[in-house]
Amino acid sequence: MDPIHQFQIKNLFTIGTFGGHEIAFTNSAAYMVVAVVLTALLMLGGTAGRRLVPTRMQSMAELSYEFVAEMLRSTAGEHGMKFFPLVFSIFMFVFISNIVGIIPYAFTISSHIIVTVALALMVFLTVIIYGLYKNGLKFFKLFVPSGIPMAILPLVVAIEIISFLSRPVSHSVRLFANMLAGHITLKVFASFITMLGALGIAGIFGAVLPLGLTIALTALELLVAALQAYVFAILTCIYLNDAIHPGH
Amino acid sequence: MANGTQNDEPANGGEPGKPLPDDAALSARLGRLDQRLSTLKGNQKAEIDHAEWQDDNASARASALARGFRLSSELVAGVVVGAAIGWGIDYLFSTSPWGLIVFFFLGFAAGVINLMRVAGVVPDVHERLHERPKDPSGDR
Repeated sequence: MDPIHQFQIKNLFTIGTFGGHEIAFTNSAAYMVVAVVLTALLMLGGTAGRRLVPTRMQSMAELSYEFVAEMLRSTAGEHGMKFFPLVFSIFMFVFISNIVGIIPYAFTISSHIIVTVALALMVFLTVIIYGLYKNGLKFFKLFVPSGIPMAILPLVVAIEIISFLSRPVSHSVRLFANMLAGHITLKVFASFITMLGALGIAGIFGAVLPLGLTIALTALELLVAALQAYVFAILTCIYLNDAIHPGH
Repeated sequence: MANGTQNDEPANGGEPGKPLPDDAALSARLGRLDQRLSTLKGNQKAEIDHAEWQDDNASARASALARGFRLSSELVAGVVVGAAIGWGIDYLFSTSPWGLIVFFFLGFAAGVINLMRVAGVVPDVHERLHERPKDPSGDR
């Protein structure tokens, strides 16, 4: 079994053509819709009752709100709360899609770098556009540290600019690589079970080892899925903090 | 219930200011518990504040795996972006290979700076610009 096979993009149906390009509805798009629908159901279902003593559903919705709100307040301050819809959407989208991706036969959308790059670039452009809009040219003070001798200032500014530009790269690659590597590992160990099982009676006993490892790896993947969604969201908060207060 | 009030009554009435030994022990224990709880709470709060401001990602503490991955990706991202800029400059101004060489090293420096910032070895941009540690109560 090819461990990369699970990441294949399949065209489910074609919506139409645009400028000679086919606009296709792929399995990736279908799982994005699933993530959005699940998030919407959780939020709508959780806020429908609005009881004083929350039901399980309401408790989940409240917990996710509190979690993201606290994260945003502690990293970007009270002003950061105007970005709450963005951060909350990103967190829930990545979190739900990662969790859905662990289900066997499901497709993991964040294992495609184009998806994570799109998310990271959205944050990056938000930081630049909002930073310039809010602070004007003072935004560029982010690249010019104070108290640096003139002689090495150009060097430091160049390094700071490269450091700033490398943010969307590391931001997107981290999520993508974690999900890709995790799912490939899982697939490889799972394929060992069938390979050993085909060897006869001794192989079946030997297959218990990779089976145990696969179960352990699935638990680890569950942790990684949640953790990477959290890391992605908290980095979004940290970068937004630069747009809100670029060292004033 | 009736017993309890009867027990309390003579104690308060008979010896003012000196409750029964049982009561004294209980209130002393309650006091100690209160004190311990408040110090615990204080410690916890201080720890959280410390973690948030000392290190810009509290997540790093959640898992060493995530921390290691974050550190390595920061370094690689810096080098890759530096090399890409250098290659782009070479391509535009046909200065090959000088742009690539210079910006590769600048990218490496940027990667190391990223790395040290994440690790909390050098202060964050904000703290350096402020030239003082950011106070936790300021922006909340």
